[in-house]
Amino acid sequence: MKGEKLTIKGIHQALMKKEFSALELTKTYLNRIKEKDKEISAFLTINEELALSQAKAIDEMIAQGREIPILAGIPCAIKDNILVEGMKCTAGSKILENYIAPYDATVVRKLKEEKVIILGKTNLDEFAMGSSTENSAFFPTKNPHDLKRVPGGSSGGSAAAVAANFCVLALGSDTGGSIRQPAAFCGIVGLKPTYGAVSRYGLIAFASSLDQIGPMTRTVDDAEIVFEVIAGKDELDSTSVEFPNPNLKFETRNLRLGIPKEYFIKGIDPEVEKSVKNAIRKYEEKGIETLEISLPHTEYALPCYYIIAPSEASANLARYDGIKYGYSIANQKTKKLSDIYFESRGEGFGAEVRRRIMLGTYALSAGYYQAYYLRALKVRTLIRKDFEEAFKKVDFILTPTTPTTAFKLGEKIDDPLLMYLSDIFTVSVNLAGLPAISIPCGKLNELPIGLQIIGRPFEDRQLIKIAKLYVD
Amino acid sequence: MMSKKVVKHVAKLARLGLTEKEITKFQKELSKILDYIEKLKEVEISKVEPTSHSILLKNVMRSDEVNSKVKIQESKLMDLVPEKKEGYVKVKSIFQ
Repeated sequence: MKGEKLTIKGIHQALMKKEFSALELTKTYLNRIKEKDKEISAFLTINEELALSQAKAIDEMIAQGREIPILAGIPCAIKDNILVEGMKCTAGSKILENYIAPYDATVVRKLKEEKVIILGKTNLDEFAMGSSTENSAFFPTKNPHDLKRVPGGSSGGSAAAVAANFCVLALGSDTGGSIRQPAAFCGIVGLKPTYGAVSRYGLIAFASSLDQIGPMTRTVDDAEIVFEVIAGKDELDSTSVEFPNPNLKFETRNLRLGIPKEYFIKGIDPEVEKSVKNAIRKYEEKGIETLEISLPHTEYALPCYYIIAPSEASANLARYDGIKYGYSIANQKTKKLSDIYFESRGEGFGAEVRRRIMLGTYALSAGYYQAYYLRALKVRTLIRKDFEEAFKKVDFILTPTTPTTAFKLGEKIDDPLLMYLSDIFTVSVNLAGLPAISIPCGKLNELPIGLQIIGRPFEDRQLIKIAKLYVD
Repeated sequence: MMSKKVVKHVAKLARLGLTEKEITKFQKELSKILDYIEKLKEVEISKVEPTSHSILLKNVMRSDEVNSKVKIQESKLMDLVPEKKEGYVKVKSIFQ
């Protein structure tokens, strides 16, 4: 077991056959985190005591000869913007530095019912706003493949934790690429489900029409198992929907894959392009037809996203007022109410979060609403329609996940616009609400490259199948 | 270029306390981002309906009753409140 990269099914079988105990497994992972996370900084909180007691309970079940769920005993990490009752949930922000989650997110409840072992909470860009995890109020996370480079973001802690073998599965959240981009940078699998496929109850809201929780794992098989556990309608999230019955007529000879020409443009690293083209060829070798398609409004996706996401964020983050919870100057006697709002928020939020609140407030303010927000919503329609048209001709769309491999720490942090551009291939999917997965498809100078596969709404299961086909 | 006056006005709307230095910084940064966003003006949108949600959603209604499925202890919520008095959330007076 030592240092070995285990899968969910592998662990399940080993536990059932008593090759190792859940306690031994949990200790191995906790020790690895203790030893190696000093240099990677994937975790914000470790849950040692609870993890060990949960592991003991699973071993008792096995000793009694009882069936255990497929995820029982699996070492798991949760992005620190998803609530785990009784544990701190900071969203990577000073404003929530001492916030103790009063309840479980629905996805966490479902994972707990399957008896996963929650080892800890992972680092992220503050309120999931960022592409490098450098916007965390606490410390940056490093890429396990090269400690001088970023793991991507905003789910950089989760991606680094999986890549460093600190856990077998992690949950991330994806608003504009925050699962897929770090998955690509860290050489793991990241699935952003269809909007509405997974409940957002207990996810700290960033942009509610775009946010979605998804699994980050080493293999597509593992992502599939986790997705099946967390998907489904939840009364507590009125935007979640009943997942359609799996109607899996999946015959490779009838499949068509679309390659959008707008994703192979200036600015993409030629070696990344080569790797992705090789991956496409691999599908062709399996007898699957590929054809060039066009998504004509692709170049407008990023500016559209940077109106819509900050607008929604500015409304969502209005709740941090220094009154109900979070960082507050309310105990300063001389202050008046408005000072509490201005100062608690001014001091509690970091630079990028304030930048986005300002941008969103501006785009929604009187006199600018039509020119910015309403215009962006209309462009969003055109982006969605591009995909609808494309999916009349093809079943899946293949693109690079990112234009380059992981960049260096500090390289883009002083230029917000340059940082935003690292999401250029991922934001369209959120605007259109589609499912997409990033899988590793090669390396350049030891740095992983990601292939992004995009599917039709609610064809997440088919999407997983086509991703598996690449790995097989 | 966004004027300082606009930056201050937006900060006030957003209830964000900013220093003079930050106002100058945001003035430059936001202007640069907005210049990039100008790109959206190239798109012909006169006959396009807006999309606020990617999936078709209807309002979901329920009766105004306590949902027994949501089990959050009141004490856990109150523990998070910065200023409280006799079991209530305390707010500074707004009338002099």
